[in-house]
Amino acid sequence: MRSRARMLTLLGGLLVLLLVPVVAALADQPFYLDLFRRIMIFAIAAVGLDLILGFGGMVSFGHAAYLGIGAYAVAIPAFYGIDNGLAQWTLALVLSGLIALAIGAVSLRTSGVSFIMITLAFAQMLYYLGISINAWGADDGMRLARRSQFGVVNLANGYVFYYVVLALLVALLGLGHRLVHARFGVVIRAAKSNEARMRAIGFSTFRYKLAAFAIAGAVGGLAGALLTNQTEYLTPSYMHWTRSGEIMVMVILGGMGTLYGPVLGAFAFLLLEDVLSAWTVHWQIVLGPLLVLVVLYARRGLYGLLPGRDG
Amino acid sequence: MAESLLAVRGLTKRFGGLVATDNVDLDVADGETLAIIGPNGAGKTTLIGQLSGDLAPDAGTIRFAGDDVTALPAPARSQRGLARSFQITSIFAEFTALDNVALAVQAHAGHSFRFWTPARAERALREPAQATLQQVGLGARADVPARALAHGEQRQLEIAMALATRPRLLLLDEPVAGMGADESQRMVQLLRALRGRHTIVLVEHDMDVVWALADRISVMVYGRVIASGTPEAIRANADVRRAYLGEEVVA
Repeated sequence: MRSRARMLTLLGGLLVLLLVPVVAALADQPFYLDLFRRIMIFAIAAVGLDLILGFGGMVSFGHAAYLGIGAYAVAIPAFYGIDNGLAQWTLALVLSGLIALAIGAVSLRTSGVSFIMITLAFAQMLYYLGISINAWGADDGMRLARRSQFGVVNLANGYVFYYVVLALLVALLGLGHRLVHARFGVVIRAAKSNEARMRAIGFSTFRYKLAAFAIAGAVGGLAGALLTNQTEYLTPSYMHWTRSGEIMVMVILGGMGTLYGPVLGAFAFLLLEDVLSAWTVHWQIVLGPLLVLVVLYARRGLYGLLPGRDG
Repeated sequence: MAESLLAVRGLTKRFGGLVATDNVDLDVADGETLAIIGPNGAGKTTLIGQLSGDLAPDAGTIRFAGDDVTALPAPARSQRGLARSFQITSIFAEFTALDNVALAVQAHAGHSFRFWTPARAERALREPAQATLQQVGLGARADVPARALAHGEQRQLEIAMALATRPRLLLLDEPVAGMGADESQRMVQLLRALRGRHTIVLVEHDMDVVWALADRISVMVYGRVIASGTPEAIRANADVRRAYLGEEVVA
């Protein structure tokens, strides 16, 4: 069975991620713990974006906005002394989901280039809002005094934090797998494939697309909450449009419309950045041609190059 | 007499200076098959688009099963029992044949805010879909991706998707378009089997198909219905012969 080969590859990947902290500890290189945790956080954001971009065909160019909302939802309560993790992360999920719902309700009335531009415009509005609020650091941002508090699960310990992020990524992929094959996911994918047909057989697709947009936003918010904890810093630059572009590149590089592709894309993008930026600040000179090659020759991105086929 | 299943009054649609549908009246009784014929550009597809809700008319009303549906969008009309097929094959190319039909069943089986159970594991969707595929003669092709089906099979799949919504009225836009003689023959047989059980509005160029299926015929020219009647009456109508049928049917 070819799908088995792919299954083994994915399990191998999971094993590597489980062992990273062990290797980092043995080699006394905590930097790798930090790097891989950061990559997984962006992988979470990319998986969320792919739900609408790859599966739903909604090219949102403002996904970093939700990253930022999640980050603010952690940093602002923390600034006022509320560092309960459950409260912060719930706020991050709910707030980013609701704002995505509002942005989606407007944006999804358009399609094509208009949709790309309107999602970008909303994200830029939030970015400029962020840099203009002096009380919360304006464009300098502000330090996070303590990571989110979860009782005995102490995120201040980098190893604990690592496994929390890994568990969230695995849970997201598991939930995502259910979602894309359930009725909801079928509707989203079919609406991308043939909207006119969907309407003719009796689907009002708007509400489903909007729900998907909100879910993707909430996932982005979760990634943002993790990211502020990762950097122990809040900056509006999390919402900058180039960040939206980076997440989009991760999805495209890894494989649009696949669940694991965005994870591969996040690894490829951020590892390339890490390795090449040591060599030159113009590391994207290498990324650019690579992206072109993937788009031209690998229909399902890096994921499509893995051995086997999904079942 | 009770009101027709479909009653169209004064339906008008303009595209700039062109009047694509000009004050059209149409009645379709429950259970009958009405064929709409006419030369290219007569406005037949525009009419179907307005009946299905894909196009908004500029004037006129459409009543379906006793209700005014003129302002309803396409999905709402589908929910009320109006199903259409497309002149240019419109399917979910990367889904299997069975997935295509199951999706049409799903559209009429409650909401789809279900995030956990795989849709392919829902027997309430798969079994009616498989039965409908069987009905149109694609029972053995259920697991083939729709894009890999032959053209004629894709047209059959279109019909299956329309049927799977359990429609009261089928709007078929040139169901044999682009088909070879064999495929066309099979489609006519399929549609013959649907006659009487379903109310059908059929737009068609192929007159053999029309004579084989229609209980009544309406002739459209330049956006207007110039004649309506039984196939015999239409055959005998001098205006129709001049405008459309030409000399070929005289024999």
